[in-house]
Amino acid sequence: MKKRHLYLGTRKGLIKAEGSGKEWKITQASFQGVSVPMFLPDRRDGRLIAAVEHGHFGTKLQASENGGADWVEMGVPLYPTGEPEVICAMSQRPIPQSLEKIWALEAGGGDEAEVLWCGTIPGGLFKSLDGGASWNLVEGLWQRPERKEWFGGGMDWPGIHSITVDPRDSRHVTIAISCGGVWDTRDGGENWNLLGEGLVADFMPPDQAGNPNIQDAHRVVACPSNPDHLWMQHHNGIFRSTDAAKTWERITTANPSDFGFSVAVHPLDPLTAWFVPGTLDDQRFPVNASLCAMRTRDGGKTFEALRTGLPQEQAYHLIYRHCLDVSDDGEVLAFGSTTGSVWISDDGGDSWERISSDLPPIYCLRFG
Amino acid sequence: MVVVRFTPNLARQTDAHSCEVQGASVREALEAVFEKMPGLRGYILDDQQAVRKHVAVFVDGDLIVDRMQLSDSIGPDSEIFVMQALSGG
Repeated sequence: MKKRHLYLGTRKGLIKAEGSGKEWKITQASFQGVSVPMFLPDRRDGRLIAAVEHGHFGTKLQASENGGADWVEMGVPLYPTGEPEVICAMSQRPIPQSLEKIWALEAGGGDEAEVLWCGTIPGGLFKSLDGGASWNLVEGLWQRPERKEWFGGGMDWPGIHSITVDPRDSRHVTIAISCGGVWDTRDGGENWNLLGEGLVADFMPPDQAGNPNIQDAHRVVACPSNPDHLWMQHHNGIFRSTDAAKTWERITTANPSDFGFSVAVHPLDPLTAWFVPGTLDDQRFPVNASLCAMRTRDGGKTFEALRTGLPQEQAYHLIYRHCLDVSDDGEVLAFGSTTGSVWISDDGGDSWERISSDLPPIYCLRFG
Repeated sequence: MVVVRFTPNLARQTDAHSCEVQGASVREALEAVFEKMPGLRGYILDDQQAVRKHVAVFVDGDLIVDRMQLSDSIGPDSEIFVMQALSGG
């Protein structure tokens, strides 16, 4: 059976697990004691990239070319100095011009080997053309006047948490912002389009509920084999797009809940997606304190609650937005919790095995 | 010469080590430090070149006043300590 690697960005470092089937073990820890909010395994060259957030000394990026044994500090996104302040309409405070958190890291297309994308709080998108040695703020997005309407969801400031690069055209990049809707570029970042017809924000007054610029997408993923097909776990439910994020259909059949943060789509089947649902937006724990994952195989017409192997009583595990992943071949799933547990499934979610319950709070989880 | 010293926690993450520099203000002294140890800048200063929120800078035992511009003046024999604030851990 194929051996796989799983990386966990946690409150206390980057932790690696290795295994196959249901046999897994923790094998390595890097940056022990330091927070790792985001991690990227770059499929193009095998390099690992970790965002390392020092409590006192700021966020750095580190890269490894040997599976995490050794790390070298890279460049880090910096907001330019001397720009005029923009006042957030919601908080009426100036939006910081400073890197608060790296919340998304993605590789550019296969035809642009040195391109990396980085999404941040307070809402800046950065692009590197040299493999991460240097970064440039994507001004075409940052200078959009709509930015002053964005606001933080859970965090103080808005953040870019999802970036998808179209495998058919590397210049087509789609991002999602909490709370700032869904945007795409068709020219590699020069010009941006605000998308999201059909999204609904129940947390806004009725006349603002359909405003695409304030939507709280919690997580957006595109199906690699069918990139026009996207799934969104939104603050107010689950949405699906089949036209490259232009329009969205609200899915109302979720069971047991359509609230959550994470979503994963089957890489070969856009109709199959997984979620880890929770209770209401102001409570945020498993429905009835009984943990389940949730799967649709028919594009959201029906859902199954997947409970085998997951704790069903007095379980308060919350799964953050970057903490559910599916392997590139669609065969293995994993999710990790704020309570330091990791579960893995090698049967599409039908059954789960806990590979550790002793870890720090988990911020991101990705197969290597 | 102005002596600049760093919290051991910073030395654990970087090549920070005590050094002697010249300068009439905290900014001038730290810029001289960054010439010797360029990797240190982003650990002490934020994007806007202000002192990071959870870093504390002392001159001869007193916290500096101007964390944005670092204009606090220093003497030729001053001692600067770059420490971590107890917030931010």
